[in-house]
Amino acid sequence: MTTVELENVSRWYGNVVAVNDISMTLEPGVTGLLGPNGAGKTTVLHMMAGFLSPSRGTVTIDGGSTWRNPAIYRRLGLVAEREAVHGFLTAREFVQASARMHKLSDPKGAAERALELVEMTDAADRRIETYSKGMRQRTRVAAALVHDPQVLLLDEPFNGMDPRQRMHMMSLLHGLGDRGHTILFSSHILEEVEQVSGTVQVIVAGRLAASGDYRKIRRLMTNRPHVFAVQSSDDRRLAVALIAEKSVSGVEIDHAGLTVRASEYGSFTRALPRIAIGEGIRLRKLLPSDESLESVFSYLLEA
Amino acid sequence: MSTVAWITARGLFGRRRVLLLLPLPLLLVGLALLCRAYDVNPTEWGPPVLVGLGLAVLLPVISLIVGTGVLGSEVDDGTIVHILTKPLPRRDIIVAKLGVAIGVGAVTSAVPLFVAGLLADSARLGLGLAVAAVVGACAYSAFFLLLSLLTKRPVLAGLVYILVWEGLLGRFVSGTRVLSIEQYVITIADKIAPTALLDARVSPTVSIVMAAIFVVGCAVAAVDRLRSFSMAGETS
Repeated sequence: MTTVELENVSRWYGNVVAVNDISMTLEPGVTGLLGPNGAGKTTVLHMMAGFLSPSRGTVTIDGGSTWRNPAIYRRLGLVAEREAVHGFLTAREFVQASARMHKLSDPKGAAERALELVEMTDAADRRIETYSKGMRQRTRVAAALVHDPQVLLLDEPFNGMDPRQRMHMMSLLHGLGDRGHTILFSSHILEEVEQVSGTVQVIVAGRLAASGDYRKIRRLMTNRPHVFAVQSSDDRRLAVALIAEKSVSGVEIDHAGLTVRASEYGSFTRALPRIAIGEGIRLRKLLPSDESLESVFSYLLEA
Repeated sequence: MSTVAWITARGLFGRRRVLLLLPLPLLLVGLALLCRAYDVNPTEWGPPVLVGLGLAVLLPVISLIVGTGVLGSEVDDGTIVHILTKPLPRRDIIVAKLGVAIGVGAVTSAVPLFVAGLLADSARLGLGLAVAAVVGACAYSAFFLLLSLLTKRPVLAGLVYILVWEGLLGRFVSGTRVLSIEQYVITIADKIAPTALLDARVSPTVSIVMAAIFVVGCAVAAVDRLRSFSMAGETS
């Protein structure tokens, strides 16, 4: 099991603080790195990948520093956002070159497996400069995966991919995470993160704003009422009963049912069935409606 | 050939920049052939063509194109990241790239200089110039490769060294000659084939020792610099 650890890491450029006292541990599975533009996501990724030294703190992979330590690339693959590819090579040559530089025992076999993984086998003998952006991206992912790294860091990996390629990349990352690889990818598209990973690291203005499963993060935000969509056999009577409940701070009623704001998640979810049984009302739908990553992210930004 | 050297050579010959290597050797050999065809006395055309064009312009300019091309272009377009994300000692990367730069620079300079020396005087002078060109290609390539890691404008910095340091200060300020690769090259050629066409101004010992210091010192500094290669932390 490979662990990536950041301990009290800061990075500044002159007077500008890009990353401020961040500590996080990445464990096997897929983690999304989220943050608005300029938040410091790429700086964090580059420090993890050994391409930036922290101004303060330590960045380690299995205890070894990532800075000035090429040995980490035996366990780490990187798909940087701005990294270019050698356009004069074919994808097959490019990925095989990666395999040779990793000194793999069967570079050709490893390259074929990596190309298959990203569905690039058919076009693998064309020069990379003739590829679309999405094909280049997949070629880079194949090169980063050729040595089957324990840790894979990807900066905006879905950029330039069409919807089918995105779905394929998402399932690829899922599969790698399920097989025990540690995957961290940054994205500014919340839907992508939501579909690929429940675990997020949210960076806002260089600081780690939240870390963990975003649904759990939402439940810990006790200062914000939780919003539930409720449908029942008698919405109006249920609304009257609910408003008397201490954990409920507001109820709205419309043709779609009830929108209930609860100040305490646990108390409300325990009280609701009790109230419904007491009133003889049948519950048809109960859905937390602000547990999406988008809601959590906007709450964190507003905080 | 290592994979890094193979990618470097493919990159070097795959860019239009490689065409810049052709005009100067053709000009040197063409001028020498012309002078020989018209029976011009070698003492008249030898110094300006062999030294003025061959050793002072052709050798450093070709080394500049190649020396900055093997690494600087990859740093510029970001392809260097593909090589740096491999568990390769940075020393191996620099050695491979320096090897390609020296090989290409030496062949492209030594062959026309040999031909020009042969036409001007003798095979011995041709050999002397060719050997000196190989030594010069080593020192220049290492220096220009280091420049491509130290500055974002290595070609400009290299031209300043060639034109201002060697071309201007080297002519008038004697102390600067100790740090002039051009002077080492002239001395080595003159030592192998003593002739009135070449005017050596530093001792052979200084030339050899300083050329070695340039190669080793610049290579070691480049390895250290590459170990600390950073990518800007731009955030999307």
